[in-house]
Amino acid sequence: MAATQVVRSEWTKIRSVASTVWTLSLAVVVTIALGMLISGLSANEFDNMSERDRLSFDPTFISFAGMSLGQLALIVFGVLVVSNEYSTGMIRTSLAAVPRRGTFLASKIAVATGLALVVGLATSFVTFFLGQAMLGEHRAEIGDPGVLRAVIGGGLYMALIAMFSMGVAAMLRSPMLSLGILMPFFFLVSNILGNVSATEKIGRYLPDQAGSKIMQVVTPVDDETPYGPWGGLGIMVLWVIAALVGGYVTLRKRDA
Amino acid sequence: MIEAVGLTKRYGDKTAVYNLSFQVRPGSVTGFLGPNGSGKSTTMRMILGLDNPTAGQVTIGGYPYRKLPNAPRQVGALLDAKAVHGGRAARNHLLSLAQLSGIPARRVDEVLGVVGLQDVAGRRSKGFSLGMGQRLGIAAALLGDPQVLLFDEPVNGLDPEGILWVRNLMKSLAAEGRTVFVSSHLMSEMALTADHLIVIGRGQLLADMSVKDFIAANSAGFARVRTPDTEPQLREKLSTALAEAGGQVLPEQDGALRVTGLPLPRISDIAHDTDVRLWELSPHQASLEEAYMRMTQGAVDYRSTIDQKAGLQQPLPPGAQPPMPVPGQGQPGWYAPPPPQQGGQPFAAPQGGPGPYGAPGAPAAAPGADAPNPYAQHAPQAPQGQAQPPAAPPQAPAQPPVAPAPVAPSAPAAPTKPEDAR
Repeated sequence: MAATQVVRSEWTKIRSVASTVWTLSLAVVVTIALGMLISGLSANEFDNMSERDRLSFDPTFISFAGMSLGQLALIVFGVLVVSNEYSTGMIRTSLAAVPRRGTFLASKIAVATGLALVVGLATSFVTFFLGQAMLGEHRAEIGDPGVLRAVIGGGLYMALIAMFSMGVAAMLRSPMLSLGILMPFFFLVSNILGNVSATEKIGRYLPDQAGSKIMQVVTPVDDETPYGPWGGLGIMVLWVIAALVGGYVTLRKRDA
Repeated sequence: MIEAVGLTKRYGDKTAVYNLSFQVRPGSVTGFLGPNGSGKSTTMRMILGLDNPTAGQVTIGGYPYRKLPNAPRQVGALLDAKAVHGGRAARNHLLSLAQLSGIPARRVDEVLGVVGLQDVAGRRSKGFSLGMGQRLGIAAALLGDPQVLLFDEPVNGLDPEGILWVRNLMKSLAAEGRTVFVSSHLMSEMALTADHLIVIGRGQLLADMSVKDFIAANSAGFARVRTPDTEPQLREKLSTALAEAGGQVLPEQDGALRVTGLPLPRISDIAHDTDVRLWELSPHQASLEEAYMRMTQGAVDYRSTIDQKAGLQQPLPPGAQPPMPVPGQGQPGWYAPPPPQQGGQPFAAPQGGPGPYGAPGAPAAAPGADAPNPYAQHAPQAPQGQAQPPAAPPQAPAQPPVAPAPVAPSAPAAPTKPEDAR
């Protein structure tokens, strides 16, 4: 059985459920709308900022502010793509048809990641240009050094978040359990750990904190982060690989 | 051809399937029977590589399923009618399965027509009834035109027309030389569909023989004898006399007696000699259903008890009769009489011995070699001394055509006797 056949089949599966459209369009709308809102507010606020804050002012990163909420929709997308198979029992039909479980999981993740990447890149570019429009005179240009890298990085970040969620869902299987762990983690725990000075050093190695470094263009004043934008994305990739390996081992070992 | 050798599956300390060995041959419908929870579905899942056996192995055409080349074109399976994503349209569900093995989309519409779902092809399957879900599952199994087909309870939820259709479908698939393996808990359905039977109880093999042999070995006849209700002592007297003449007597719920081992004229003569009047003397044939229930009664895990309705019982309206208890309920030893040959059972139900079940919950009346007449223990009214089986029951063949003893608990490694397996 050729991998292309499995990929085609997974594409049919993913496009034929409503949750794909819903989660992905929610991610797009939330990221863009929130990015525009924060960008507009920041533009008005700029004049009241301290000198220090003005030096750290990063128009590119501000336009990606909606990512923190938009990624939650992508987490739901990633979790549902995998755990729907388990919650509906479809996994038994799928695995009876694709006995090679590695092929099955790889195809599923490839298709969903490809889709998330396309949607993520589109979102990233749209949110950048609309955000910059809201920022007015404080805007950054796409040709500025590091900006294009940040915008493409935003798309990569969204795809990686979806991949990480798929790996976790493959390990945990239950959609409720997976979402119950991933949502609070990315929405609360990671932010808290990253903003409390005692845990900051650990917090910045978490997948979302490390990965979002790719979207920064202006390094904040007295920033001590020991890795650069690509280093941060690399750390995130390591997390994703760990989750996917865990998911693969679980799928291979356990009864369906 | 499906071949299982020493298949065993444990979940924690619960053994779902124990040392199961059998072969499913092409060209015939093989029925897979057993009570609820006896391990049918677990075995099916192991055949399809969904669950890993704890010990032993099962192969299809010589390959373990996970190593089978282009599996969807070789094996089609209906496991669970509800094992589909309810939000996906029926046609898309089948299309995703078809694309896996390079089956053209045209074939999807074909099988939708075969199962009669063409009109709802675009509808989400969560709105489907159980019967429609079964049809969708059967369509998925037929998709790759496979040589080996597995169906787990395919007629569940189908209407009579659908049941007839499935029955004919199975037969025609087998007639084309395919291997068809169908599980069910309905003996009556399997008697009509299957050519060969594999019966399991508590995860162990109880029988592996052709339907013809199964009927020959199990459908014992019996006589129903009714003495005047007004004189119960006559009944006692006749039971004793019949038992002394070598018959086996089993009291029925309504006061009649089931007699095996004696022909009808002889029963009449004995009644005449002992001066007992008879209100009824009629010949009966135990159904295959009863034979199957007797075989599996020791291996039933989930048995209903009589609903006492403690504290909930409505006072009966004056003049109303309380309902008669349903025969068989809460009465494990009730079912059909033992099979006609000497020495009791052709099947040794799993009990004690080397099996994983110490049988703490098993009814003590499980038919077995050490209890030639299991009914004696459950029939306190029946006089002692009738427990000896008859020397040669006259109304039945002394021995079945083949010795149907596929697995004894003491020799679980000898799975299938070749002469049993057609």
